[in-house]
Amino acid sequence: MASEVRQATADNLEPGGERRRDFLYVATAAFAGAGVVPVAWSLVNQMNPSADVLALASVDLDLSALQPGQAIKAAWRGKPIFARHLTPEEIAESNKVDVASLRDPQSLADRTKPGNEQWLITLGVCTHLGCVPLGAAEGEAKGDFGGYFCPCHGSHYDAAARIRKGPAPKNLEVPPYTFKSPTAVTIG
Amino acid sequence: MSFPWAKQYQPTSAVGQWMDERLPLARFVYGALGPGYPTPKNLNAFYNFGVLAGVALVIQIITGVVLAMHFAADTRVAFDSVEHIMRDVNGGWMIRYMHAVGASFFFGVVYIHIFRGLYYGSYKPPREVLWMLGLVIFLLMMATAFMGYVLVWGQMSFWGAQVITGLFSALPVVGPSIQTWLLGGFSPDNATLNRFFSLHYLLPFVTFGVIILHVWALHIPGSNNPTGVDVKSEADTVPFHPYYTAKDFVGLGVYLIVFAAFVFFMPNSLGEPDNYIPANPLSTPALIVPEWYFWPFYAILRAFTSDFLGVPAKLWGVIGMFASILLLFVLPWLDQSPVRSNNYRPLSRILFWVFVAVALGLGVCGGKPAHEPWVRLSQVLTAYYFAHFLIILPIVSKLEKTSPLPNSISEAVLAKYGKTGGGAPVAQPAE
Repeated sequence: MASEVRQATADNLEPGGERRRDFLYVATAAFAGAGVVPVAWSLVNQMNPSADVLALASVDLDLSALQPGQAIKAAWRGKPIFARHLTPEEIAESNKVDVASLRDPQSLADRTKPGNEQWLITLGVCTHLGCVPLGAAEGEAKGDFGGYFCPCHGSHYDAAARIRKGPAPKNLEVPPYTFKSPTAVTIG
Repeated sequence: MSFPWAKQYQPTSAVGQWMDERLPLARFVYGALGPGYPTPKNLNAFYNFGVLAGVALVIQIITGVVLAMHFAADTRVAFDSVEHIMRDVNGGWMIRYMHAVGASFFFGVVYIHIFRGLYYGSYKPPREVLWMLGLVIFLLMMATAFMGYVLVWGQMSFWGAQVITGLFSALPVVGPSIQTWLLGGFSPDNATLNRFFSLHYLLPFVTFGVIILHVWALHIPGSNNPTGVDVKSEADTVPFHPYYTAKDFVGLGVYLIVFAAFVFFMPNSLGEPDNYIPANPLSTPALIVPEWYFWPFYAILRAFTSDFLGVPAKLWGVIGMFASILLLFVLPWLDQSPVRSNNYRPLSRILFWVFVAVALGLGVCGGKPAHEPWVRLSQVLTAYYFAHFLIILPIVSKLEKTSPLPNSISEAVLAKYGKTGGGAPVAQPAE
């Protein structure tokens, strides 16, 4: 009996036509798919930063004790900040470099605030794979260009923290900051 | 492999008979590991390493589950909880050292297992799927070992997590989002440690599942052997049990002696001292290197120091490192030589040992600081690594004049003892 019914339906089918059953198959698969996608997305999305991690803060730095040639490290949003008091020689050296020859062309002026060229404030995060370069603390290797040297994969940065050698693609990032007074700065 | 001469399981008791008709588990074991599985009779000690790798995984799972009973996956206490295991938990120091040294040994035996396969052509038809499943296991092992190392939350743990998740940030467009997603934040933190704990627990069981497929894929064509010649008759094989179960136990005994020597007398010789310093997100150790079993790949990663072909050095390094493993998936098609075993490939045999030296050289470079001459040396060795698979091997496999193969495994075995075993061995040129 059942086979007779199927037979009849098949006979009525136009060449290249669709059966009601085909429509039901596609609709069911489509609804199942539409259900799976949001479920899968919630399973993926739970791994994105949670609300407490997204609550970001700003920090105040007091630069008054920093002599030329010295640098300090501070923590901001879980990452290190390097604040460096450049010496006049380092500023001159940085300005002498042909900007066009750099991998990530930026002048020292692009990387500091007008009137405060002696304060170089950058993230202390190597733009290669995220290690903290050496060179901020006393006695650490400063690399071949007198700035920072990243021990993880050998990236060298100059005194303006621009990438000069090694695998890192970018200069050390300059975070947003404002000077509250000549020696007090707010980061973030 | 069910060769026609393989013995069939016969239940000997009424209980066995009853069970066999309902759940033939004994029949399955008999056919997979027992007398029902005929194995080439000329397997040498290098064929022990698959079983050793299996044992290494079981040691990791058991010690790992025990450690998880005492470990706390929270950045504030993780490092201290590991010290708690070392000092307070009964025998905790031993379990912890077994797990840490066990990871090194796992990689050690797996590397020998892989090079065994490379030498004897065990990746060639009809064993390509077996080979590829092995590579999947290798990738899973590396991901698992990496996440386990992070759990200690020492300096190497933290910076390893930063660097390895940073690899994904090199991908164009989606890279930074993937890194953030992996970390659950913008730098390794509590969210990272928590999820790595969860995944480090999960992946060994996934690995276990793939190992079942790996062994299944092995049992379809049966084991390769040092001659690379297929099994032709019953005379070429012996039943797996008791012959190879016994031989595997000998290998296991040696393995466990060496393992115990490391665990009890030099448990930290394979680790990095900096991981006894709690993680400091503001300072990368000046002498940062990964665990030794990642050194060759680490050397490849940092061999790319300048941009070329419009691709940044950072992305090249990541591509190079992943490609160095993914390349092996197509090895069965790069090596077209009809002869499997390097015993009968004079030129390929030399190149194999050159490749071993290159791989070891990359390992040495990866363990050194990123200074000259190590960077230059890694660049040369990396170039050779890829040339070996992409250029040298395909050419050699086409042009090489191979030595005569034995007619059968039996003939090769008997020839070794100056016997001919019936008719004189007929030297047969490789086709």
